[in-house]
Amino acid sequence: MKGKGRDDLMQQARHRFLLLLFAAIAIGLLVRAVDLQVLRQAFLQNQGDVRQQRVVTTAAHRGMVLDRNGEALAVSTPVDAVWANPKKLLSDQDLWPQLAALLDLPLSAIQKKVFKNQQKGFIYLKRLVTPILGQQVMALKIAGVGLQREYYRYYPAGEVTSHVVGFTNIDDQGQEGLELAFDRWLTGVPGRKLIVQDRLGRPVGDLQQLTVAQPGKNLTLSIDKRLQYLAYRELKATVQKYRARSGSVVIMDVHTGEILAMVNQPSYNPNKRSERRSAALRNRAVTDVLEPGSTIKPLTVVAALESGQYRPDTLIQTSPGWFMVKRLTVQDSHDYGLLDLTGIIRKSSNVGVSKIALSLAPEQLWDVFSRLGLGRSSGSGFPGESAGLLSRSGKKGKVKRVTMSYGYGLSVTPLQLVRAYSALAAEGILPPVFFQKVTDGVKGERVLSRQAALRVSKMMMAVVAKGGTGARARIVGYQVAGKTGTVRKSASGTYAKDRHVALFSGFAPVSSPRLAAVVVVNEPQGKKYYGGQVAAPLFSKVMSGALRLLNVLPDDLPEPPMEYASIGGGL
Amino acid sequence: MAYYGYDRRQNNPPTSLSRMILQFFHLDGSLLILISLLCGVGLLVLYSASGESVRIVNRQAMHLAAAYAGMLLLAQVSPQTLQRWSPWLFLLGLLALLAVLLFGEIGKGAQRWINLGFIRFQPSEMMKLAVPMMVAWYLSAFAMPPRSMRILMAMLLVLVPCVMIGMQPDLGTAILVGSAGFFVLFFAGMRLRLIAGLLVVAGTMVPVMWYFFMHAYQRQRVLTFLNPESDPLGSGYHIIQSKIAIGSGGLYGKGWLNGSQSQLDFLPESSTDFIFAVFGEEFGWFGVVMLLLLYLLVVIRGLMIAANSQDRYARMLAGSLSMTFFVYLVVNVGMVTGMLPVVGVPLPLVSYGGTSAVTLMLGFGILMSIQSDRRLLAR
Repeated sequence: MKGKGRDDLMQQARHRFLLLLFAAIAIGLLVRAVDLQVLRQAFLQNQGDVRQQRVVTTAAHRGMVLDRNGEALAVSTPVDAVWANPKKLLSDQDLWPQLAALLDLPLSAIQKKVFKNQQKGFIYLKRLVTPILGQQVMALKIAGVGLQREYYRYYPAGEVTSHVVGFTNIDDQGQEGLELAFDRWLTGVPGRKLIVQDRLGRPVGDLQQLTVAQPGKNLTLSIDKRLQYLAYRELKATVQKYRARSGSVVIMDVHTGEILAMVNQPSYNPNKRSERRSAALRNRAVTDVLEPGSTIKPLTVVAALESGQYRPDTLIQTSPGWFMVKRLTVQDSHDYGLLDLTGIIRKSSNVGVSKIALSLAPEQLWDVFSRLGLGRSSGSGFPGESAGLLSRSGKKGKVKRVTMSYGYGLSVTPLQLVRAYSALAAEGILPPVFFQKVTDGVKGERVLSRQAALRVSKMMMAVVAKGGTGARARIVGYQVAGKTGTVRKSASGTYAKDRHVALFSGFAPVSSPRLAAVVVVNEPQGKKYYGGQVAAPLFSKVMSGALRLLNVLPDDLPEPPMEYASIGGGL
Repeated sequence: MAYYGYDRRQNNPPTSLSRMILQFFHLDGSLLILISLLCGVGLLVLYSASGESVRIVNRQAMHLAAAYAGMLLLAQVSPQTLQRWSPWLFLLGLLALLAVLLFGEIGKGAQRWINLGFIRFQPSEMMKLAVPMMVAWYLSAFAMPPRSMRILMAMLLVLVPCVMIGMQPDLGTAILVGSAGFFVLFFAGMRLRLIAGLLVVAGTMVPVMWYFFMHAYQRQRVLTFLNPESDPLGSGYHIIQSKIAIGSGGLYGKGWLNGSQSQLDFLPESSTDFIFAVFGEEFGWFGVVMLLLLYLLVVIRGLMIAANSQDRYARMLAGSLSMTFFVYLVVNVGMVTGMLPVVGVPLPLVSYGGTSAVTLMLGFGILMSIQSDRRLLAR
């Protein structure tokens, strides 16, 4: 029995050992639970949040682009993008035909896209679908298919305003024109929200809106949609009529420097992505330069008046109709004999302006041109704006000064030309250039004496008068000042005989100038190619329509009948 | 006699109808209640972990029903009959293991299944019962405490099936089978000094195991266990995610069906081996304490049955089965909470899966048989 008793003791020790081990391990598990769930709870909870919460941005509504009267030129409408998680979508192939039918895509296109991107977690199936269609897609309840809010940019005026307004890409970022220049202004601040996601990164639910998306600001342009339509319609008709290669019309408010209309041919419809091709995209009125030809002559004359060496009645001998400077022969189309300054502009005498140029101080011509904004950017901020070319050699060499005086050997944009004419119209004050509507007073810069500007304006009226080269630019009821230009295009080092640019630049009404306009028709085909034949009539149509639309008081009416006047007086 | 006091109480005739029914079916009331509570909690958690899938919960309920039936059947078999079956069951299991190694079915990279045409089963699961039964049968034939030769022989009986299971490879089951056999030796009265010596030998075996026997993925698991953050997107992912899930449950938990880590697919194997993390996230520390208490009560009840048994074979077997259940729990909770390397051991009665539930319930059937048989003897 002794052994038995010892065995029992052993057995008891053994059981106590077992219970101790058992208790120790059980307590160990509990302690571990305290460690994880109490001591490290905050850290682990945070780690969990890091994995399952994500901050996403919500698209902000892009601001509208409006014309000066509040008409919409670019508007954003909410649409949906249908996206998919290919990994998930692969498990639900039964519903693919329905999905394809709803999205109006061939089934093979979806298959190709999904199979190709099997390893990805996110692909777009189709973007810019209407919210109604988006809801129909979601109603199919296909695994791995979701919607994302986007904004579709629509341009109500289409090709009429496309060059000025530009367009945005599919991600709502400005790509061209003012959409690009004012991208930051138009773009809102995207909102941020905290969402819960699952392991595959798919959003499961919203937790908290961190910041609300702030819509972008509207942009009110200086453009007047009515003038824009008018200018576009007339330019297109003229370009088609003369089968011209391209063309531009720019209308500027001479006092504020606001661009009221700016149109080009060829144009494109920004609402059709397929039409966004490079040749049509250029806003030629701003990006393309040309030699201004005879349209520069009023500027040469104003330089002469500024010098103090000339008066309007100063006479200049242009006989025999040609003139040599070194090896350059300057030629008029006729022998005009003795001409005063008005006569030189009216007849567009190359010999006359050449002689003026040579008689002035070497840098005088260059200085006046430069002060009038040629050879430097206008500061409008329009993307791709060209500064033109006003070479400094025009300060010295005789040949250069002579060619510059009648508009060759320097290049300008249509925008620079209309701005320089605005300075002539605004009694010598050069306006800044605005594409936005100007609400407060604009301070232009005086670059010419008032007297010289007024005198040139008078002279330019002669161009439009009966028998002048620009007679077809006349507008019934308004006094018009302007100048024609017919420029031979330079080609491979020399000037082509059969390729021309027809120009007309002018302003109205002369007694109280309001609008300046430049008309460019590039390479008109056929017998008519002179500025006075092609560009002047277009100027007349556009300018007369614009003056009437803006209710500008006529300054060239015959005396009103008495009864009309008395009625007016009675009021 | 050592258990005189218990005997006198148990000699009283059954006092209520429910006791009579339990006794008629050789069932143990408290064990039945505890097990059923665990199964109920399991189905509840599984519904959440499976993403509220009624289909999966139904299937698991079917598994459990089959397991209950198995338990009920085995409870009717007397321990003496079990004792007589033991060597044959062990032999059958050994042959089946051999068959698995030669032409078993492969699933998830391991060769564990054998297909008899009408049924597919894992012989390694069967060994969880057959090994302790065999060792208990062998040792009960000799005087206690067993001599060293007997111990050596018994250890061979444990080691051979363990190595075969380890070769499948199935480390988790090998550990459970090994500990089941080991606990029989412990309850047989193997000297503690000898156990300590064995542990030292096992310790020296670790480097040998590491270089010659362990698969690359198993080594990776151990390395990952030592430093899960070394590979947070690969093999460390399971442990990091389960720790996050349990930890973010806090004291009170996020509530049933509200565990975001598990509901949003962040937690892998959330219905099977890692279901404890789902429970921890949704029911918090208090829930974990309650669940662990439930498990401990099951083990304690099993140990009581062992202590009450007068038959040596029955006592060793009951003690081993109870402690193996405890090892089950510790290994699973230990691996899910990052205290132990990841070995494929499910949370008993709660994790989704039929095979382990059936084996566990058969074990409880044996415990119940032992408990009711003691009464009959006493009478």
